[in-house]
Amino acid sequence: MQGFFLGVALVLGGLMLVSLYRGVFGPTVLDRLVGVNAIGSKTVVLLVTIGVLYRRVDMFVDIALAYALLNFIAVLAAARYFQKRKGLRSTKQPKGIIISGEEL
Amino acid sequence: MIDFMVVVLVAAGLVFFLGGGVGILRFPDFYSRLHPAGKLDTSGSVLAMSGLALFVLFPITLESVLTSLKILLIVVIVFLTSPTATHAIVDAGVRAGLEPWQKPGGQAEP
Repeated sequence: MQGFFLGVALVLGGLMLVSLYRGVFGPTVLDRLVGVNAIGSKTVVLLVTIGVLYRRVDMFVDIALAYALLNFIAVLAAARYFQKRKGLRSTKQPKGIIISGEEL
Repeated sequence: MIDFMVVVLVAAGLVFFLGGGVGILRFPDFYSRLHPAGKLDTSGSVLAMSGLALFVLFPITLESVLTSLKILLIVVIVFLTSPTATHAIVDAGVRAGLEPWQKPGGQAEP
């Protein structure tokens, strides 16, 4: 059973790398925020899995609880901060946006 | 039997997390990327946390029951906070004036 949970922790780490791509290369600031939020919600599960691996679940559950609240506060504060900012759009135009008229 | 149920629940949670990761990676737009990010992470969390709580619960003592209840409390907090965070992000996008993605050539259709 410990080997299964070790595999689960490794798969969660790999999926966090997938979300980290969006956090690093996101076209806008809000894309990066989406990636970081996804990483945070995976980290909560990963912390409890690490607690099962080390047989100290009672300690790691409290850490995971604090991390869930901290992730929520961080994302909420960043979203409230960036909604008033100029320069939120990416510098280069996204690929799918249709501009009426050819000249740009 | 309990181990089998734990494996099924945690593996289902990982499948949901995988879908969320692929959706975040491949959707074309910020608004459409929020859909897997907000939804699949919540359902993946509840499945994986239910499996872990079931694993922690046996053998039943007072401490293991309290730890299992704490894991379910994390699930409740994620269910409250994840939609709120998603709504805050999409509200920031709407107020900043980001246009939604449209299909290339979709403007000409009625």
